[in-house]
Amino acid sequence: MTASGTFGYGTEFADLVDLSQIGGIIVKGTTLHHREGNPYPRMAETPSGMLNAVGLQNKGVDYFVEHIYPTICDIDSQMIVNVSGSSVEDYAATAEKIAALDKINAIEVNISCPNVKQGGMGFGTNPEMAAQVINAVRRAYPKTIIVKLSPNVTDIAEIARAVEGAGADSISLINTLLGMAIDTRTRRPILSTVTGGLSGPCIKPVALRCVWQVAKAVKVPVIGLGGIMTANDAIEFFLAGATAIQVGMANFVDPAVSVKIKQGIDDYLNKNGYSSIKQIIGALEV
Amino acid sequence: MCAFKIMAQKSLLDCVVVANTPLSNTCFQLQLRPVSGTLPAILPGQFVEVRVDHTPTVILRRPISVFDVDFSTQTLSLLIQKVGDGTIALSELSEGAVVNLLLPLGNGFSTPEKPNSRLLLVGGGVGVAPLLYLGRQLRDSGHEVNFLLGFRSVREMIDLSAYRSIGNVYVTTEDGSEGETGFVTNHSILKQKADHLYVCGPSPMMKAVAAYAVKAGVSCEVSLENKMACGLGACLCCVTDTKEGHKCVCTEGPVFNINQLKWQI
Repeated sequence: MTASGTFGYGTEFADLVDLSQIGGIIVKGTTLHHREGNPYPRMAETPSGMLNAVGLQNKGVDYFVEHIYPTICDIDSQMIVNVSGSSVEDYAATAEKIAALDKINAIEVNISCPNVKQGGMGFGTNPEMAAQVINAVRRAYPKTIIVKLSPNVTDIAEIARAVEGAGADSISLINTLLGMAIDTRTRRPILSTVTGGLSGPCIKPVALRCVWQVAKAVKVPVIGLGGIMTANDAIEFFLAGATAIQVGMANFVDPAVSVKIKQGIDDYLNKNGYSSIKQIIGALEV
Repeated sequence: MCAFKIMAQKSLLDCVVVANTPLSNTCFQLQLRPVSGTLPAILPGQFVEVRVDHTPTVILRRPISVFDVDFSTQTLSLLIQKVGDGTIALSELSEGAVVNLLLPLGNGFSTPEKPNSRLLLVGGGVGVAPLLYLGRQLRDSGHEVNFLLGFRSVREMIDLSAYRSIGNVYVTTEDGSEGETGFVTNHSILKQKADHLYVCGPSPMMKAVAAYAVKAGVSCEVSLENKMACGLGACLCCVTDTKEGHKCVCTEGPVFNINQLKWQI
Protein backbone atom coordinates (compact mmCIF):
# COMPACT_ATOMS: atom_id res chain seq x y z
CA MET A 1 0.00 0.00 0.00
CA THR A 2 1.05 3.61 -0.30
CA ALA A 3 0.99 5.73 2.84
CA SER A 4 -1.31 8.69 3.36
CA GLY A 5 0.13 12.08 2.52
CA THR A 6 2.86 10.65 0.30
CA PHE A 7 0.84 9.58 -2.73
CA GLY A 8 -1.85 12.27 -3.05
CA TYR A 9 -5.00 10.67 -4.44
CA GLY A 10 -3.03 8.24 -6.61
CA THR A 11 -3.84 10.17 -9.77
CA GLU A 12 -0.72 12.35 -9.35
CA PHE A 13 1.40 9.21 -9.91
CA ALA A 14 -0.65 7.68 -12.73
CA ASP A 15 1.87 8.69 -15.44
CA LEU A 16 4.68 6.98 -13.56
CA VAL A 17 3.39 3.74 -12.04
CA ASP A 18 0.68 1.18 -12.81
CA LEU A 19 -1.73 1.92 -9.95
CA SER A 20 -3.44 -1.47 -10.35
CA GLN A 21 -0.20 -3.10 -9.15
CA ILE A 22 -0.55 -1.42 -5.76
CA GLY A 23 -2.64 -3.29 -3.18
CA GLY A 24 -4.08 -0.20 -1.57
CA ILE A 25 -3.76 3.55 -1.91
CA ILE A 26 -4.35 5.49 1.28
CA VAL A 27 -5.36 8.93 0.17
CA LYS A 28 -4.50 12.24 1.77
CA GLY A 29 -5.83 12.97 5.28
CA THR A 30 -9.43 14.17 5.07
CA THR A 31 -11.21 16.25 7.68
CA LEU A 32 -14.81 17.35 8.21
CA HIS A 33 -14.08 20.91 7.16
CA HIS A 34 -11.67 22.53 4.69
CA ARG A 35 -8.19 23.10 6.14
CA GLU A 36 -5.56 25.39 4.64
CA GLY A 37 -2.79 23.62 6.55
CA ASN A 38 0.25 25.30 8.08
CA PRO A 39 2.19 28.21 6.57
CA TYR A 40 5.28 27.59 4.42
CA PRO A 41 7.99 26.38 5.16
CA ARG A 42 6.49 22.99 5.81
CA MET A 43 9.38 20.72 5.00
CA ALA A 44 13.00 20.28 5.99
CA GLU A 45 15.28 17.58 4.65
CA THR A 46 17.22 15.89 7.43
CA PRO A 47 19.87 13.16 7.31
CA SER A 48 18.20 10.16 5.63
CA GLY A 49 14.76 11.61 6.15
CA MET A 50 12.58 14.67 6.20
CA LEU A 51 10.41 16.69 8.54
CA ASN A 52 7.00 17.83 7.42
CA ALA A 53 4.44 20.15 8.92
CA VAL A 54 1.78 20.18 6.24
CA GLY A 55 -1.00 20.27 8.81
CA LEU A 56 -3.65 18.20 7.01
CA GLN A 57 -4.29 20.61 4.16
CA ASN A 58 -7.42 19.34 2.40
CA LYS A 59 -10.70 20.68 1.08
CA GLY A 60 -12.91 18.80 3.52
CA VAL A 61 -14.94 15.61 3.25
CA ASP A 62 -17.86 17.10 1.28
CA TYR A 63 -15.48 18.29 -1.44
CA PHE A 64 -13.83 14.87 -1.40
CA VAL A 65 -17.17 13.09 -1.85
CA GLU A 66 -18.37 15.42 -4.58
CA HIS A 67 -15.24 16.20 -6.59
CA ILE A 68 -12.40 13.78 -5.78
CA TYR A 69 -14.18 10.46 -5.25
CA PRO A 70 -15.58 10.42 -8.82
CA THR A 71 -12.04 10.81 -10.20
CA ILE A 72 -10.55 7.95 -8.14
CA CYS A 73 -13.38 5.44 -7.75
CA ASP A 74 -12.39 3.57 -10.92
CA ILE A 75 -8.74 3.11 -9.94
CA ASP A 76 -8.11 -0.63 -9.80
CA SER A 77 -6.70 -0.69 -6.26
CA GLN A 78 -8.22 -0.53 -2.78
CA MET A 79 -8.78 3.19 -2.23
CA ILE A 80 -8.67 3.88 1.51
CA VAL A 81 -9.42 7.29 2.98
CA ASN A 82 -7.32 8.60 5.84
CA VAL A 83 -9.62 10.43 8.25
CA SER A 84 -8.59 13.03 10.80
CA GLY A 85 -10.39 15.40 13.12
CA SER A 86 -10.15 17.88 15.94
CA SER A 87 -12.97 16.34 17.99
CA VAL A 88 -14.55 12.92 18.49
CA GLU A 89 -17.66 14.18 16.69
CA ASP A 90 -15.58 15.37 13.69
CA TYR A 91 -14.07 11.93 13.23
CA ALA A 92 -17.46 10.21 13.39
CA ALA A 93 -19.17 12.69 11.05
CA THR A 94 -16.36 12.40 8.47
CA ALA A 95 -16.39 8.60 8.65
CA GLU A 96 -20.16 8.53 8.20
CA LYS A 97 -19.97 10.56 5.00
CA ILE A 98 -17.30 8.23 3.60
CA ALA A 99 -19.33 5.14 4.55
CA ALA A 100 -21.79 6.09 1.81
CA LEU A 101 -19.13 5.68 -0.92
CA ASP A 102 -19.49 2.24 -2.56
CA LYS A 103 -15.96 1.82 -3.85
CA ILE A 104 -14.28 2.65 -0.56
CA ASN A 105 -14.09 -0.38 1.69
CA ALA A 106 -11.93 0.98 4.48
CA ILE A 107 -10.83 4.11 6.28
CA GLU A 108 -7.62 4.75 8.14
CA VAL A 109 -8.31 6.79 11.27
CA ASN A 110 -5.41 9.10 11.93
CA ILE A 111 -5.07 9.67 15.67
CA SER A 112 -1.41 10.47 15.28
CA CYS A 113 -0.85 13.63 13.24
CA PRO A 114 1.76 15.74 15.05
CA ASN A 115 1.09 18.85 12.94
CA VAL A 116 -2.30 20.08 14.06
CA LYS A 117 -2.98 22.19 17.13
CA GLN A 118 -6.16 20.44 18.22
CA GLY A 119 -6.79 16.73 18.14
CA GLY A 120 -4.60 14.65 15.85
CA MET A 121 -1.82 13.18 17.92
CA GLY A 122 -3.58 14.30 21.12
CA PHE A 123 -6.07 11.47 20.60
CA GLY A 124 -3.40 8.91 19.91
CA THR A 125 -1.19 9.44 22.92
CA ASN A 126 -3.81 8.64 25.54
CA PRO A 127 -5.49 5.18 25.58
CA GLU A 128 -8.86 6.45 26.88
CA MET A 129 -9.04 9.24 24.30
CA ALA A 130 -7.99 6.85 21.54
CA ALA A 131 -10.71 4.39 22.52
CA GLN A 132 -13.28 7.18 22.64
CA VAL A 133 -12.52 8.21 19.05
CA ILE A 134 -12.59 4.66 17.74
CA ASN A 135 -15.82 3.84 19.60
CA ALA A 136 -17.50 6.81 17.94
CA VAL A 137 -16.10 5.98 14.49
CA ARG A 138 -17.14 2.33 14.94
CA ARG A 139 -20.76 3.43 15.47
CA ALA A 140 -20.63 5.65 12.37
CA TYR A 141 -18.69 3.39 9.99
CA PRO A 142 -19.68 -0.23 9.28
CA LYS A 143 -16.80 -1.21 6.98
CA THR A 144 -13.11 -1.81 7.78
CA ILE A 145 -11.47 0.57 10.23
CA ILE A 146 -7.70 0.83 10.31
CA VAL A 147 -6.29 2.97 13.14
CA LYS A 148 -2.97 4.73 12.56
CA LEU A 149 -0.88 5.05 15.70
CA SER A 150 1.71 7.56 16.80
CA PRO A 151 5.16 6.46 17.97
CA ASN A 152 5.34 9.49 20.27
CA VAL A 153 4.19 7.50 23.30
CA THR A 154 5.79 5.61 26.16
CA ASP A 155 3.87 2.36 25.63
CA ILE A 156 2.50 1.91 22.11
CA ALA A 157 1.12 -1.57 22.87
CA GLU A 158 -1.22 -0.04 25.46
CA ILE A 159 -2.70 2.33 22.83
CA ALA A 160 -2.98 -0.55 20.38
CA ARG A 161 -4.92 -2.67 22.87
CA ALA A 162 -7.22 0.27 23.62
CA VAL A 163 -8.17 0.81 19.95
CA GLU A 164 -8.53 -2.91 19.35
CA GLY A 165 -10.95 -3.02 22.30
CA ALA A 166 -12.90 -0.10 20.82
CA GLY A 167 -13.50 -1.93 17.54
CA ALA A 168 -10.52 -1.34 15.27
CA ASP A 169 -10.26 -3.98 12.52
CA SER A 170 -6.59 -3.28 11.90
CA ILE A 171 -3.77 -1.10 13.19
CA SER A 172 -1.24 0.76 11.06
CA LEU A 173 1.96 2.16 12.49
CA ILE A 174 3.93 4.30 12.72
CA ASN A 175 3.00 7.87 11.91
CA THR A 176 5.84 10.39 12.04
CA LEU A 177 8.10 11.04 15.00
CA LEU A 178 8.05 14.53 16.44
CA GLY A 179 11.23 16.38 15.51
CA MET A 180 12.74 19.74 14.62
CA ALA A 181 15.48 21.39 12.59
CA ILE A 182 17.22 24.74 13.02
CA ASP A 183 18.78 27.12 10.51
CA THR A 184 22.00 28.13 12.27
CA ARG A 185 22.48 31.12 9.95
CA THR A 186 19.22 32.77 10.99
CA ARG A 187 19.01 31.02 14.39
CA ARG A 188 15.38 30.21 13.58
CA PRO A 189 13.51 26.92 13.21
CA ILE A 190 13.25 25.75 9.58
CA LEU A 191 9.58 24.79 9.91
CA SER A 192 6.96 27.50 10.38
CA THR A 193 5.50 25.37 13.18
CA VAL A 194 8.92 24.89 14.89
CA THR A 195 8.33 21.12 15.23
CA GLY A 196 7.14 18.63 12.64
CA GLY A 197 6.89 14.96 11.79
CA LEU A 198 10.01 13.01 10.90
CA SER A 199 9.76 10.29 8.25
CA GLY A 200 12.06 8.36 5.95
CA PRO A 201 14.64 5.62 6.43
CA CYS A 202 16.00 7.30 9.57
CA ILE A 203 12.84 6.22 11.47
CA LYS A 204 12.75 2.62 10.26
CA PRO A 205 14.37 1.03 13.35
CA VAL A 206 11.84 2.81 15.60
CA ALA A 207 8.95 1.74 13.36
CA LEU A 208 10.12 -1.85 13.31
CA ARG A 209 10.38 -1.94 17.10
CA CYS A 210 6.85 -0.51 17.43
CA VAL A 211 5.40 -3.02 14.95
CA TRP A 212 7.06 -5.88 16.79
CA GLN A 213 5.67 -4.70 20.16
CA VAL A 214 2.14 -4.12 18.81
CA ALA A 215 1.96 -7.36 16.80
CA LYS A 216 2.60 -9.26 20.03
CA ALA A 217 -0.03 -7.25 21.90
CA VAL A 218 -3.09 -7.44 19.61
CA LYS A 219 -4.99 -10.02 17.56
CA VAL A 220 -6.04 -7.70 14.71
CA PRO A 221 -3.79 -7.45 11.65
CA VAL A 222 -0.97 -4.93 11.87
CA ILE A 223 0.15 -2.79 8.92
CA GLY A 224 3.77 -1.68 9.18
CA LEU A 225 5.20 1.55 7.86
CA GLY A 226 8.03 3.92 8.56
CA GLY A 227 11.05 4.36 6.32
CA ILE A 228 10.47 1.41 3.99
CA MET A 229 12.62 2.08 0.90
CA THR A 230 13.32 -1.45 -0.39
CA ALA A 231 11.86 -4.96 -0.46
CA ASN A 232 14.35 -5.95 2.24
CA ASP A 233 12.99 -3.22 4.51
CA ALA A 234 9.46 -4.49 3.87
CA ILE A 235 10.45 -8.08 4.68
CA GLU A 236 11.84 -6.94 8.03
CA PHE A 237 8.38 -5.56 8.87
CA PHE A 238 6.67 -8.83 7.86
CA LEU A 239 9.09 -10.80 10.02
CA ALA A 240 8.35 -8.45 12.93
CA GLY A 241 4.65 -9.30 12.61
CA ALA A 242 3.12 -6.95 10.02
CA THR A 243 0.57 -8.55 7.69
CA ALA A 244 0.86 -5.69 5.19
CA ILE A 245 3.10 -2.69 4.68
CA GLN A 246 2.82 0.89 3.49
CA VAL A 247 5.42 2.81 1.52
CA GLY A 248 5.64 6.51 2.32
CA MET A 249 8.51 8.88 1.76
CA ALA A 250 10.18 6.49 -0.71
CA ASN A 251 7.50 7.56 -3.23
CA PHE A 252 9.18 10.99 -3.34
CA VAL A 253 12.53 9.48 -4.28
CA ASP A 254 11.19 6.93 -6.75
CA PRO A 255 7.52 7.34 -7.70
CA ALA A 256 7.47 3.75 -8.99
CA VAL A 257 9.09 2.23 -5.89
CA SER A 258 5.99 0.51 -4.46
CA VAL A 259 5.72 -1.84 -7.44
CA LYS A 260 9.46 -2.56 -7.26
CA ILE A 261 9.11 -3.41 -3.56
CA LYS A 262 6.23 -5.77 -4.32
CA GLN A 263 8.33 -7.53 -6.97
CA GLY A 264 11.26 -7.73 -4.58
CA ILE A 265 9.08 -9.38 -1.91
CA ASP A 266 7.93 -11.98 -4.47
CA ASP A 267 11.56 -12.62 -5.43
CA TYR A 268 12.50 -13.12 -1.76
CA LEU A 269 9.64 -15.58 -1.22
CA ASN A 270 10.54 -17.56 -4.36
CA LYS A 271 14.25 -17.61 -3.59
CA ASN A 272 13.65 -18.88 -0.07
CA GLY A 273 11.06 -21.48 -1.02
CA TYR A 274 8.02 -19.83 0.58
CA SER A 275 4.69 -20.33 -1.17
CA SER A 276 2.93 -17.51 0.67
CA ILE A 277 3.76 -14.25 2.42
CA LYS A 278 1.88 -15.71 5.42
CA GLN A 279 4.86 -17.97 6.08
CA ILE A 280 7.08 -15.03 7.00
CA ILE A 281 4.59 -12.91 8.96
CA GLY A 282 5.79 -12.81 12.54
CA ALA A 283 8.43 -15.43 11.73
CA LEU A 284 11.11 -13.51 13.58
CA GLU A 285 13.29 -15.85 15.61
CA VAL A 286 14.29 -14.17 18.84
CA MET B 1 -1.51 35.18 -22.49
CA CYS B 2 -1.63 31.48 -23.19
CA ALA B 3 0.56 28.49 -22.45
CA PHE B 4 3.08 27.44 -25.09
CA LYS B 5 1.49 24.07 -25.79
CA ILE B 6 0.00 20.98 -24.19
CA MET B 7 2.13 19.43 -21.48
CA ALA B 8 3.86 16.10 -21.95
CA GLN B 9 3.31 13.09 -19.71
CA LYS B 10 5.61 12.91 -16.73
CA SER B 11 8.26 10.22 -16.85
CA LEU B 12 11.35 8.86 -15.12
CA LEU B 13 14.34 9.06 -17.41
CA ASP B 14 17.92 7.84 -16.93
CA CYS B 15 20.33 10.29 -18.51
CA VAL B 16 24.07 10.15 -19.06
CA VAL B 17 26.25 13.12 -18.18
CA VAL B 18 27.67 14.42 -21.47
CA ALA B 19 29.51 17.33 -19.86
CA ASN B 20 29.78 18.89 -16.41
CA THR B 21 31.28 22.36 -16.69
CA PRO B 22 31.93 25.05 -14.07
CA LEU B 23 30.44 28.34 -15.34
CA SER B 24 31.25 30.59 -12.36
CA ASN B 25 32.70 30.16 -8.89
CA THR B 26 29.33 28.87 -7.63
CA CYS B 27 27.48 27.50 -10.69
CA PHE B 28 28.01 24.63 -13.07
CA GLN B 29 26.26 23.35 -16.17
CA LEU B 30 25.21 19.72 -16.34
CA GLN B 31 24.53 18.53 -19.89
CA LEU B 32 22.51 15.32 -20.03
CA ARG B 33 21.34 12.96 -22.74
CA PRO B 34 18.82 10.09 -22.33
CA VAL B 35 20.48 6.68 -22.00
CA SER B 36 17.71 5.38 -24.25
CA GLY B 37 14.65 6.95 -25.80
CA THR B 38 14.17 10.66 -26.28
CA LEU B 39 13.49 13.75 -24.21
CA PRO B 40 9.82 14.60 -23.71
CA ALA B 41 8.43 17.95 -24.87
CA ILE B 42 9.58 20.55 -22.32
CA LEU B 43 8.04 24.00 -21.88
CA PRO B 44 10.11 27.04 -20.89
CA GLY B 45 9.90 27.46 -17.12
CA GLN B 46 9.35 23.77 -16.42
CA PHE B 47 11.77 21.91 -14.18
CA VAL B 48 13.13 18.45 -13.49
CA GLU B 49 13.71 16.58 -10.23
CA VAL B 50 17.18 15.05 -10.16
CA ARG B 51 17.82 12.03 -7.96
CA VAL B 52 21.04 12.43 -6.00
CA ASP B 53 22.80 9.10 -5.62
CA HIS B 54 25.85 8.08 -3.61
CA THR B 55 25.68 10.66 -0.83
CA PRO B 56 25.59 9.67 2.82
CA THR B 57 22.58 11.76 3.80
CA VAL B 58 20.83 13.42 0.85
CA ILE B 59 17.59 11.63 0.11
CA LEU B 60 15.15 13.91 -1.69
CA ARG B 61 15.43 14.73 -5.36
CA ARG B 62 16.63 18.22 -6.24
CA PRO B 63 14.25 20.42 -8.26
CA ILE B 64 16.27 22.15 -10.99
CA SER B 65 14.91 24.42 -13.70
CA VAL B 66 15.60 23.67 -17.33
CA PHE B 67 18.43 25.90 -18.59
CA ASP B 68 18.35 24.79 -22.20
CA VAL B 69 17.17 21.97 -24.44
CA ASP B 70 18.58 20.97 -27.81
CA PHE B 71 16.25 18.40 -29.30
CA SER B 72 18.52 17.93 -32.35
CA THR B 73 21.25 16.47 -30.13
CA GLN B 74 18.82 15.29 -27.40
CA THR B 75 20.71 17.37 -24.84
CA LEU B 76 19.13 18.82 -21.72
CA SER B 77 21.15 21.44 -19.83
CA LEU B 78 20.77 22.33 -16.18
CA LEU B 79 22.42 25.34 -14.55
CA ILE B 80 22.99 24.46 -10.91
CA GLN B 81 24.31 26.49 -8.00
CA LYS B 82 26.36 24.68 -5.37
CA VAL B 83 24.33 25.24 -2.21
CA GLY B 84 24.44 22.09 -0.08
CA ASP B 85 25.43 18.43 -0.09
CA GLY B 86 23.00 17.53 -2.89
CA THR B 87 24.09 20.12 -5.43
CA ILE B 88 27.76 19.64 -4.49
CA ALA B 89 27.36 15.91 -5.22
CA LEU B 90 25.87 16.77 -8.61
CA SER B 91 28.78 19.14 -9.31
CA GLU B 92 31.16 16.20 -8.86
CA LEU B 93 29.47 13.93 -11.42
CA SER B 94 31.88 12.74 -14.12
CA GLU B 95 31.19 12.43 -17.81
CA GLY B 96 29.45 9.12 -18.41
CA ALA B 97 27.75 9.04 -15.00
CA VAL B 98 24.03 8.27 -15.08
CA VAL B 99 21.44 10.34 -13.24
CA ASN B 100 17.72 9.73 -12.96
CA LEU B 101 15.36 12.58 -13.79
CA LEU B 102 11.65 13.02 -13.14
CA LEU B 103 10.32 15.32 -15.85
CA PRO B 104 8.80 17.52 -17.16
CA LEU B 105 7.37 19.19 -14.05
CA GLY B 106 5.46 22.40 -13.41
CA ASN B 107 3.42 24.73 -15.57
CA GLY B 108 5.95 26.90 -17.40
CA PHE B 109 5.76 30.52 -18.50
CA SER B 110 2.97 31.94 -20.63
CA THR B 111 3.54 33.45 -24.07
CA PRO B 112 2.11 36.82 -25.09
CA GLU B 113 -0.85 36.78 -27.46
CA LYS B 114 0.07 40.21 -28.88
CA PRO B 115 2.54 39.79 -31.76
CA ASN B 116 5.93 41.55 -31.58
CA SER B 117 5.66 42.17 -27.85
CA ARG B 118 8.55 43.90 -26.14
CA LEU B 119 9.53 41.51 -23.35
CA LEU B 120 11.89 41.92 -20.44
CA LEU B 121 13.27 38.74 -18.87
CA VAL B 122 14.77 39.54 -15.47
CA GLY B 123 17.06 37.07 -13.72
CA GLY B 124 19.09 37.15 -10.55
CA GLY B 125 22.03 34.81 -9.86
CA VAL B 126 21.23 31.21 -10.74
CA GLY B 127 17.70 32.47 -11.46
CA VAL B 128 18.93 33.41 -14.94
CA ALA B 129 18.69 29.68 -15.78
CA PRO B 130 15.09 29.31 -17.06
CA LEU B 131 15.27 32.57 -19.04
CA LEU B 132 17.62 31.26 -21.75
CA TYR B 133 15.27 28.57 -23.10
CA LEU B 134 12.31 30.92 -22.56
CA GLY B 135 14.05 33.74 -24.45
CA ARG B 136 14.84 31.56 -27.43
CA GLN B 137 11.24 30.34 -27.74
CA LEU B 138 9.88 33.87 -27.36
CA ARG B 139 12.28 35.20 -30.01
CA ASP B 140 11.31 32.35 -32.33
CA SER B 141 7.66 33.38 -31.78
CA GLY B 142 8.55 36.82 -33.11
CA HIS B 143 8.84 38.81 -29.90
CA GLU B 144 11.52 41.31 -28.91
CA VAL B 145 13.57 39.72 -26.15
CA ASN B 146 15.54 41.79 -23.63
CA PHE B 147 17.42 40.20 -20.73
CA LEU B 148 18.17 42.08 -17.52
CA LEU B 149 20.50 39.88 -15.50
CA GLY B 150 21.84 40.65 -12.04
CA PHE B 151 24.77 39.10 -10.20
CA ARG B 152 26.60 39.82 -6.95
CA SER B 153 29.84 40.34 -8.84
CA VAL B 154 31.56 39.34 -12.07
CA ARG B 155 32.91 36.23 -10.27
CA GLU B 156 29.37 34.87 -9.94
CA MET B 157 28.47 35.82 -13.52
CA ILE B 158 28.22 33.08 -16.12
CA ASP B 159 29.19 33.49 -19.80
CA LEU B 160 26.24 35.35 -21.32
CA SER B 161 27.03 34.81 -25.01
CA ALA B 162 24.09 32.39 -25.41
CA TYR B 163 21.77 35.12 -24.08
CA ARG B 164 23.38 37.71 -26.38
CA SER B 165 22.66 35.50 -29.40
CA ILE B 166 18.94 35.73 -28.57
CA GLY B 167 18.35 39.32 -27.54
CA ASN B 168 19.68 42.45 -25.85
CA VAL B 169 21.47 41.76 -22.58
CA TYR B 170 21.68 44.28 -19.73
CA VAL B 171 23.74 43.42 -16.67
CA THR B 172 23.96 44.68 -13.12
CA THR B 173 26.40 43.65 -10.41
CA GLU B 174 26.10 44.67 -6.79
CA ASP B 175 29.78 45.63 -6.62
CA GLY B 176 29.91 47.27 -10.05
CA SER B 177 32.46 44.76 -11.39
CA GLU B 178 30.35 44.33 -14.55
CA GLY B 179 27.50 46.33 -16.12
CA GLU B 180 25.60 48.90 -14.07
CA THR B 181 26.16 48.98 -10.31
CA GLY B 182 23.39 47.87 -7.96
CA PHE B 183 20.36 45.60 -8.16
CA VAL B 184 18.37 44.84 -11.30
CA THR B 185 15.73 47.30 -10.13
CA ASN B 186 18.35 50.09 -10.36
CA HIS B 187 19.04 49.48 -14.05
CA SER B 188 18.28 52.27 -16.51
CA ILE B 189 16.55 49.87 -18.95
CA LEU B 190 13.57 49.86 -16.59
CA LYS B 191 12.84 53.44 -17.71
CA GLN B 192 11.64 51.92 -21.00
CA LYS B 193 8.32 50.21 -20.54
CA ALA B 194 8.04 46.55 -21.54
CA ASP B 195 4.81 44.74 -22.46
CA HIS B 196 5.47 41.91 -20.02
CA LEU B 197 8.02 40.86 -17.40
CA TYR B 198 9.30 37.35 -16.72
CA VAL B 199 11.25 37.09 -13.47
CA CYS B 200 13.32 34.42 -11.72
CA GLY B 201 15.74 34.93 -8.87
CA PRO B 202 15.99 35.30 -5.09
CA SER B 203 12.71 36.10 -3.38
CA PRO B 204 13.60 39.71 -2.33
CA MET B 205 14.69 40.46 -5.91
CA MET B 206 11.48 39.04 -7.40
CA LYS B 207 9.40 41.03 -4.93
CA ALA B 208 11.29 44.22 -5.83
CA VAL B 209 10.71 43.61 -9.55
CA ALA B 210 7.05 42.78 -8.87
CA ALA B 211 6.70 46.10 -7.01
CA TYR B 212 8.20 47.89 -10.02
CA ALA B 213 5.78 46.01 -12.34
CA VAL B 214 2.75 47.04 -10.27
CA LYS B 215 3.89 50.67 -10.20
CA ALA B 216 4.68 50.69 -13.93
CA GLY B 217 1.44 48.89 -14.80
CA VAL B 218 3.23 46.00 -16.53
CA SER B 219 2.05 42.40 -16.29
CA CYS B 220 4.57 40.17 -14.56
CA GLU B 221 5.20 36.49 -14.00
CA VAL B 222 7.59 35.08 -11.42
CA SER B 223 9.10 31.62 -11.08
CA LEU B 224 9.22 30.46 -7.44
CA GLU B 225 11.64 27.95 -5.96
CA ASN B 226 10.10 26.75 -2.72
CA LYS B 227 11.52 23.75 -0.91
CA MET B 228 10.00 20.70 -2.47
CA ALA B 229 9.72 16.94 -1.95
CA CYS B 230 7.61 14.97 -4.44
CA GLY B 231 7.35 17.43 -7.37
CA LEU B 232 3.99 15.90 -8.25
CA GLY B 233 1.51 17.81 -6.10
CA ALA B 234 1.12 14.96 -3.63
CA CYS B 235 3.01 15.93 -0.48
CA LEU B 236 1.85 19.58 -0.31
CA CYS B 237 5.20 20.68 1.14
CA CYS B 238 6.05 23.40 -1.40
CA VAL B 239 2.91 25.53 -1.16
CA THR B 240 2.80 29.27 -1.65
CA ASP B 241 0.07 31.53 -0.35
CA THR B 242 -2.18 32.75 -3.15
CA LYS B 243 -5.45 34.65 -3.27
CA GLU B 244 -7.12 31.26 -3.75
CA GLY B 245 -5.37 29.66 -0.76
CA HIS B 246 -2.27 27.47 -0.66
CA LYS B 247 -1.15 26.24 -4.07
CA CYS B 248 1.61 23.74 -4.86
CA VAL B 249 4.59 25.44 -6.50
CA CYS B 250 5.49 22.09 -8.13
CA THR B 251 2.27 21.58 -10.07
CA GLU B 252 0.33 24.87 -10.03
CA GLY B 253 3.63 26.78 -10.43
CA PRO B 254 6.52 27.30 -10.40
CA VAL B 255 5.36 30.22 -12.54
CA PHE B 256 2.70 32.51 -11.07
CA ASN B 257 1.36 35.82 -12.28
CA ILE B 258 2.04 38.28 -9.45
CA ASN B 259 -1.72 39.02 -9.40
CA GLN B 260 -2.28 35.51 -8.04
CA LEU B 261 0.10 35.92 -5.09
CA LYS B 262 -0.46 37.53 -1.71
CA TRP B 263 2.87 39.36 -1.73
CA GLN B 264 3.07 42.53 0.31
CA ILE B 265 4.35 44.81 -2.44
